[in-house]
Amino acid sequence: MAQANLTDRGAGNFSVHHHPEKWKWYDYFTFNVDHKVIGIQYLVTSFAFYLIGGLMALAMRAELATPNSDLLDPNLYNAFLTNHGTIMIFLWIVPGAIGGFGNYLVPLMIGARDMAFPKLNALAFWVTIPAGALLLGSFFFGGAQAGWTSYPPLSLITANTAQSMWILAIVFAGTSSILGAVNFIITIWKMRVPSMDWDQLPLFCWAILATSILALFSTPVLAAGLVLLLFDINFGTSFFKPDAGGDVVMYQHLFWFYSHPAVYLMILPIFGIMSEVIPVHARKPIFGYKAIAYSSLTICLVGLFVWVHHMFTSGTPPWMRMFFTVSTLIVAVPTGVKIFSWVATLWGGKIRYTSAMLFAIGLLVMFVLGGLSGVTLGTAPVDIHVHDTYYVVAHFHYVLFGGSVFGIYAGFYHWFPKITGHYLNEGLGKLHFVLTFIGTNLTFLPMHQLGLQGMPRRVAMYDPQFQTINQICTFGAFLLGVSVLPFLINAIWSWSRGAKAGGNPWDAKTLEWTTDSPPAIENWEVLPVVTQGPYAYGEEHLTVE
Amino acid sequence: MQGTVDSNSQSAGDAAIAHEEHQDLRVLGLLIFLCSEFLMFAGFFVLFLVYRAEAAAWPPEGTEVELLLPAINTVILVSSSFVIHYGDVAIKKGDVGGLRKWYLITAAMGAVFLCGQIYEYATLGYGLTTNLFSNCFYLMTGFHGLHVFIGLLLILGVLWRSRREGHYGAEKHTGVEMAEIYWHFVDIVWIVLFSLIYLLTLI
Amino acid sequence: MKQIPAPLWTLTVGVVVTVISFWVGYNHGFLPEQASAQAPLVDDFFNIMMVIGTALFLVVEGAIVYCMIQFRRRKGDDSDGLPIEGNLPLEAFWTAIPAVIVIGLGIYSVQVFQEMGGFSPGGLEHDHGMMIAQAHTGAMGGVSEDTPDTPEARQQLAKAVYGFGASIDNEGRSADLEVNVSGMQYAWIFTYPDTGIVDGELHVPVDADVQLNISAQDVIHSFWVPQFRLKQDAIPGKDTELRFVATKPGTYPVVCAELCGGYHGAMRTQVIVHTPEDFQAWVDQRVAQAPMSVDAIAQNPADLSDSDYLAPYETALGVDARLVAQLSQASADDIINP
Ligand code: HEA
Ligand code: HEA
Ligand code: CUA
Ligand SMILES: [Cu+2]
Repeated sequence: MAQANLTDRGAGNFSVHHHPEKWKWYDYFTFNVDHKVIGIQYLVTSFAFYLIGGLMALAMRAELATPNSDLLDPNLYNAFLTNHGTIMIFLWIVPGAIGGFGNYLVPLMIGARDMAFPKLNALAFWVTIPAGALLLGSFFFGGAQAGWTSYPPLSLITANTAQSMWILAIVFAGTSSILGAVNFIITIWKMRVPSMDWDQLPLFCWAILATSILALFSTPVLAAGLVLLLFDINFGTSFFKPDAGGDVVMYQHLFWFYSHPAVYLMILPIFGIMSEVIPVHARKPIFGYKAIAYSSLTICLVGLFVWVHHMFTSGTPPWMRMFFTVSTLIVAVPTGVKIFSWVATLWGGKIRYTSAMLFAIGLLVMFVLGGLSGVTLGTAPVDIHVHDTYYVVAHFHYVLFGGSVFGIYAGFYHWFPKITGHYLNEGLGKLHFVLTFIGTNLTFLPMHQLGLQGMPRRVAMYDPQFQTINQICTFGAFLLGVSVLPFLINAIWSWSRGAKAGGNPWDAKTLEWTTDSPPAIENWEVLPVVTQGPYAYGEEHLTVE
Repeated sequence: MQGTVDSNSQSAGDAAIAHEEHQDLRVLGLLIFLCSEFLMFAGFFVLFLVYRAEAAAWPPEGTEVELLLPAINTVILVSSSFVIHYGDVAIKKGDVGGLRKWYLITAAMGAVFLCGQIYEYATLGYGLTTNLFSNCFYLMTGFHGLHVFIGLLLILGVLWRSRREGHYGAEKHTGVEMAEIYWHFVDIVWIVLFSLIYLLTLI
Repeated sequence: MKQIPAPLWTLTVGVVVTVISFWVGYNHGFLPEQASAQAPLVDDFFNIMMVIGTALFLVVEGAIVYCMIQFRRRKGDDSDGLPIEGNLPLEAFWTAIPAVIVIGLGIYSVQVFQEMGGFSPGGLEHDHGMMIAQAHTGAMGGVSEDTPDTPEARQQLAKAVYGFGASIDNEGRSADLEVNVSGMQYAWIFTYPDTGIVDGELHVPVDADVQLNISAQDVIHSFWVPQFRLKQDAIPGKDTELRFVATKPGTYPVVCAELCGGYHGAMRTQVIVHTPEDFQAWVDQRVAQAPMSVDAIAQNPADLSDSDYLAPYETALGVDARLVAQLSQASADDIINP
């Protein structure tokens, strides 16, 4: 009906800016300021980096198929693990979830024609390119090898050039997220259609808002730490050189002050995606809208004060370890509120098993496990034992792969018709889901046991007793590699040939579905007016009453 | 549908408003960005305080800071914050001449500050790599100096643009305001920095 | 299903979940054997979290699976579900329950941590802690060894040691045996200050209160004995301590748990827990067998490549030859790629 309105009344008689009718393919390779172009640029590049980071993981898993260091040179192994972690975090999840979905969807969801600062937005995307180039280029200099955490003094004495390139890459990526954060905050705050109240704001936007606040406050602290590291490596200072009085633990504080919040940067937008996908495909209003919105803000606030849980075995005083144990545990509460609210949304719904929904439910299933292992890690006494073991690796892949990656896939399947005007093939989608779900659990579930029994992380060689379990992980990893193929084929093929999707293929209620698929360049010919909440499903039951 | 579609006339009006709004948003954007910048400095401040607490002597013998010149510099920078504000007041009254005058004075004061700092560096007798204290000293003041320099460029940019007739006016002065806000920020950071690096050595 | 009343259902599910959770919590078999006094504390804690975690997992996953089956869209039904937007008591309930659980876990953590000795590293009464810490301030601030022993200095000292100190029963007492542990790329060196023994493996008597004074020569390492459930980073420029009572004779791996370079994975040795008699025999044998001079160890390793540094100890310390070969490989790499 909205569609009808558009063609009836809004007969293309106004245009604020001058732009072509439709972008050409090469526009996607330029400094384009359209938020939708930028969103697609982010999504596609970050996915490419995912494949690159994934290939590094496969190389690592291949090495780990046997206890000896026989496939890769140990230093190369370290370079792979460092860049795998860095690429996955800084060039896949963060730009993909925040940059990609955030840019594409936020203006559409709030009824704006674009972001508040389109040029800044384009700039934020384009600085991620040199970040990626620096990381990949660093392999010509041996590759950064000190882990994605890059603790000094190791990072000061190994592969200096590559390490410096790594630092610059992170600074670029950080700049990108700060610029993005400013843009999102202002856009969501100030650019909503006048008829949209705060409590009609889609939960994805709430999540992006919380994420942006977090990025805004934590990223600069990392930048500070990295600048110091850069000076230590290249300009002879000794901030982190113990023999000259520097304090190596100080680096860890600066690093984790950012990098713990960074893990919430990687999950809050995903939570936002969940809150959009689940109601649509369960055909029910979201359960506990306010609770979900505020729990994002709570997580963001508490998340700023838990960082020392990564440093329980470093030089931290007892009171600090106890304080941060408690603050860490508290995060489970708002997160639980979200999980329970989503389950309650499913309850009494009429669930449609689309690929998007399958990935969303897969996320629910796995994130709970990852979160619970996180809680065990949060308690200092247990963490002392499992810190820096595969138990931690298992934890964070459950939340990052089972959580963030599944969420991004759910988002892909859900919004692909909006972005391209074509459905993804559901059969291939389900194949993709099944392979990925099995692969993820095969790869990462056994790692819990490895860690508890004594296998440290970041090793290229390990005790023969762990070989069988490691081989299961390696097998799972290759299954995950295979699982990408149906998706790639599906996405490439469906982009032009998939079944045509109308403006609102899922019969959803948020504003992005009130325009064409793909939306016109300025989103709407005439701006929509908000008349009901974003999740008003099941109204017919009310009218019956 | 969450939304239905508005009538034409009204949304055309919206668009006009949206354009108007855009001016204000830049100032807001800058303010939010500066929160972020401030946290970067905060990282340095905390580091400085921790190192100070851990060290036996801070600053170590032979690397004491000079006090007189920085104090003069501080006075100059702080008063320049008032000067630049007069420029802002002037343009709000539509007085481009006043704007130019005050901004020029601010720029001069900023330049003096920078020269003072360079002079200080040249005469201190220790360098970036001498010890942990000097590491912190040069990094923090240098990083701040870089910000002063950027602020100076912004002010000069405003001056340059103000030559064009009607570029700024009583209703049109976002750029002016942004330069001013940035300058205040640089000033505030300096006050904290000065207290930490210089004044703390007195107690 | 309709015939069975809801409370009965709830009860059955509750019992089943509880039984499964407890079974899983105490039979998961994921943890290696317990060989220190701290291990049972950690394991009990872990097992309880395992019980709670399993219960939460089963309830949440059970609810998901139930929804997936019960509330699937039936063929031909294109309508929406009921528009339920929230339920305040329910939401309060599921906020309160986790809150209670995490508060409980928090309190329990503090308790276990205290029993393990987490609150007393670098105990003040302890001479040795003083000495270390003094040397430590010396290194940090350039103060000479004969700094006046002022109260402030003392405070500084107490602050400067991290890790695990005396467990609750041993509080205030000094350890039965002290060993200085030094981590370097890629080996551990153990020095026994009382006897002058230097070794590449850690030998301790069973049931003795042992204190490790841990330091690092180059980068951060981390001393971990999985069977002890204890881990402590060795941090250049900071002194850390680990105090434990080994409870079971045997040989356990010492693993470096912090990425410290290419051969981080190969940085391993063993801790051998002896019966008191065996330990004494070992000490006697090592003392008789011209002990390594402590001076040799005090040599600045930065002046030597790791393999040069270690080579003389190869036989005496039992540092294994393969490792030394790898070390020279590693230092060759360092030269190419410093
Ligand atoms: C998406 C990313 C993500 C997310 C969301 C989380 C979520 C959490 N993480 Fe995780 N974490 C990482 C990514 C993430 N983490 C990464 C990358 C690392 C490793 C970094 C490195 O060293 O390289 C790491 C490491 C890490 C550590 C350090 C381990 C170590 O190195 O020794 C700890 C310790 O406290 C921790 C804790 C937690 C906790 C408590 C949560 C909580 O937020 C989880 C909350 C969720 C739940 C609890 C489940 C749902 C809730 C309920 C069903 C309610 C009921 C529950 C209870 C009452 C318990 N994480
Ligand atoms: C979002 C983040 C993310 C994601 C998605 C992943 C994905 C994967 N990761 Fe992980 N990982 C991290 C974040 C992530 N990782 C981090 C932060 C670390 C810590 C690093 C550190 O310690 O510093 C880490 C560390 C880490 C380790 C520990 C290494 C060690 O400590 O020694 C391992 C080991 O198994 C591993 C494995 C994997 C595997 C098998 C996948 C799989 O999911 C990957 C699946 C594979 C693919 C998706 C590739 C598919 C590609 C193709 C099939 C080719 C097609 C190609 C073309 C068309 C060109 N990762
Ligand atoms: Cu030493 Cu790892
Ligand atoms: Cu964390």
